[in-house]
Amino acid sequence: MKLRTYLFILCMAPLAIFAAPPGMPLDKAPIDTKDNASLQRGAETFVNYCLTCHAASYMRYNRHRDIGLDEPTVLDKLVFTGQKAGDLMLTAMSEKEGEEWFGVVPPDLSVIARSRGADWLYTYLRAFYRDSTTVPGWNNLVFDRAAMPHVLYELQGEQKLVVNIVDGKEIESLELEKPGKLSVSEYDQYVADLVNYLVYLGEPAANDRKRIGMYVLIFLFGFLALSIALKREYWRDIH
Amino acid sequence: MSKGLNSLKEWIDKRFPMTSNWEAHLSKYYAPKNFNFWYYFGSLALLVLVNQLLTGIFLTMNYKPDATLAFASVEYIMRDVDYGWLIRYMHSTGASMFFVVVYLHMFRGMMYGSYRKPRELLWLIGMAIFFVLMSLAFTGYILPWGQMSYWGAQVIVSMFGAIPVVGDSLTLLLLGDFNLSDATLNRFFAYHVVTLPLLMIVLVFVHILALHEVGSNNPDGIEIKSNKNPKTKIPVDGIPFHPYYSVKDIVGVIGFLIIFCTIVFFAPEFGGYFLEHNNFIPANTLQTPDHIAPVWYFTPYYSMLRAVTVNFLWIDAKLWGVILMAAAVIIFAFLPWLDRSPVKSIRYKGPIFKFALTMFVISFFVLGWLGMKAPTPLYTLLAQIFTVIYFAFFLLMPWYSKIDKTKPEPKRVTK
Repeated sequence: MKLRTYLFILCMAPLAIFAAPPGMPLDKAPIDTKDNASLQRGAETFVNYCLTCHAASYMRYNRHRDIGLDEPTVLDKLVFTGQKAGDLMLTAMSEKEGEEWFGVVPPDLSVIARSRGADWLYTYLRAFYRDSTTVPGWNNLVFDRAAMPHVLYELQGEQKLVVNIVDGKEIESLELEKPGKLSVSEYDQYVADLVNYLVYLGEPAANDRKRIGMYVLIFLFGFLALSIALKREYWRDIH
Repeated sequence: MSKGLNSLKEWIDKRFPMTSNWEAHLSKYYAPKNFNFWYYFGSLALLVLVNQLLTGIFLTMNYKPDATLAFASVEYIMRDVDYGWLIRYMHSTGASMFFVVVYLHMFRGMMYGSYRKPRELLWLIGMAIFFVLMSLAFTGYILPWGQMSYWGAQVIVSMFGAIPVVGDSLTLLLLGDFNLSDATLNRFFAYHVVTLPLLMIVLVFVHILALHEVGSNNPDGIEIKSNKNPKTKIPVDGIPFHPYYSVKDIVGVIGFLIIFCTIVFFAPEFGGYFLEHNNFIPANTLQTPDHIAPVWYFTPYYSMLRAVTVNFLWIDAKLWGVILMAAAVIIFAFLPWLDRSPVKSIRYKGPIFKFALTMFVISFFVLGWLGMKAPTPLYTLLAQIFTVIYFAFFLLMPWYSKIDKTKPEPKRVTK
C-alpha cells in the first residue's frame, strides 16, 4: 500500500466516532445567545417559574450585565428574595422540602443545558401531558414519570397523549386538549426564550470566548505566515 | 556591551556548564536533515506538557479538592475567576490533545522503527512517560467531581480489586477509604498535582537526554552517525538542531496552536468527547448513570476490558479483561525485540508489515469507537475480533517481520 493511501485511511478513521445512532427524536431549539431581548425574557421566566424550586447556585445575579441588564434593573426584575445583586441565585426551597414534596431534590439548573442539551430541554418543556396515573398528575414524552409537574400549564394549556398504530408500531404524539393563555407558536417562542437563557446560564462566558477566539486565530494565522517565511529563510542552504 | 556579556559568559562557564550544554543539546546537536511532518509531535508533546503545568498551577489556585465543594469550585473558575474559563478549557483540551500528540508520536516511532537498536532504552523511557500520562489523565478526570468523574473512577478502581490476593488491600490503599469518597478525591489531587507531574518532568528530561545520547532516527531509518565528515566528525546528513529545527518547530507549534485554539475557543466540549455531557452533573453516589464510558483516549483499552466474557483457566472474565488491558499497554515496550526486520523504516519494509500496521491502526480506532458504545452482542463480538487483531500485530511480528520482503536501505538519507 502506498503511504498516501495509508495515511488517508488513518485520517478518515476518527470520523467513525461521529456515526452515532439516532436517539429519541428531539425538536431543534432555536438558540441565539446574542439575542439579548430573548435572553432577558428567558431570565424573567426563569426567576418567576424555575427559581422557586430549582437553584442556579453557580450564577450571580449581577452577571446578567452580559445580557444587557444593569444592576438596578437586575434588582428590580430578577431579585425577589431580598438578596443582593452580587449574590448567587439560590432557591427559597430547601433540599429537605424538595425531597419531601417531589421525591427528589430539584436539580441545580446552572449547567443543565450542558448536561441535557438545548434540544432536549426545548422538547421536554413542550412535551408534558395529563396523566392521572402519576403522582403530580402530569407525565412527559421525553422524560417518563418526571417528578416535575407542568409548571407552565397555564400558558401552554393541557395536552393529552395520543397513540397511533402505524405499521404495527406504536407512535406516540401529543394533542392540545385545553388551550392555555398562549397560542402554540407563542408558547414555543416562550420556551425557546427560556431555553436560550438556560444555554447562556450554562456558560455565561461563551460569547466572549468566541469573540476572543476570532482575534486569537487571526493573530495565529499571521504568525504562521511569518514563521513559515522564517523557516524558509533559514533552510535555504539545506538540501 | 558585548565584551561585558562575553566576560559574564566566561564567568558562568567556569562555574556552570552553560555553553557546553547549549552546544551539546542545541547548537551542536546534529539531527538528520530529512525530518518530515511526523517529527513535529515530540516538540509538541513538550509544548502541551508546559501548557498543562502552567494552566494547572492557576487552576489549583481556585479549585477545592473537597467532595462537597469540588464541582462548584470548577464552576466558580468558569464564571467568577477572570479568564478562568480560558485556563480551564486550555487544561481540559490540553489533556485530550496530549493523548493525540503522544499517540501520533508513538505511531511515528512505529512507522520508522525508532524503537530499534540503539534506541531501545529511549523507547522504554517513552513508555514510562505514557504510563504516567495515563495516570495523570485518570487522576485529573476525577477532580471536577461530576457523574463521569465518579463512576468512571469507580470502574477503573474496581479493576484493581480484580487482582487476586492483594486486590482488596490495593483498592483500599488507592481509595483511602472503603468507598470512592472525599478521601479519594484528596489523595488523587495530591497525585495529580505533585507526584505525577514531578515524575513526568523527570522522565521527559531523561527521555531527551537518552535521545541526545543516541541521536534522532529519521524517516529512512538509517544511522546518520555512520557517515561522518572525516575532518569535522559531523554527520554528513546532520544539521544543527538550533537554528534549523528550532525554527522549523515554531511552524509546527503555530500550526498546532491553530487547531488547539479552534477547539478551546469554539468547541471546548468537542461534541462531548473532550468534556462529557454527563460530567456536568455533580457526582451522585446513589445514582449510577445508564452508560459509563471513559474519555476517548482510554476507550480502546476499555473495549478490550469488556471484550472478555468467559471465565477461563480458573480465572474469571473480569480479571482476564484487566490482564488483557494491561497487556495491551505494556506490549508496546517489547517492540524493540519483537521486530526482526533487517530494515527499520516503513519505507523499506515489505507489504506484510504495511498491512499489519494498517490493521493495527484500524483495530485501535474500532476498539476506541466500541469503547464509547453501550455493549451489545454484536459490539462485543467486534471488540473480540479487533482485540485479537491488535495483539496479533505484536505477537506475530517476530515471524512476519522476518519473512517480509524488504527493499535495500539507501546509504544517505533521502528527501
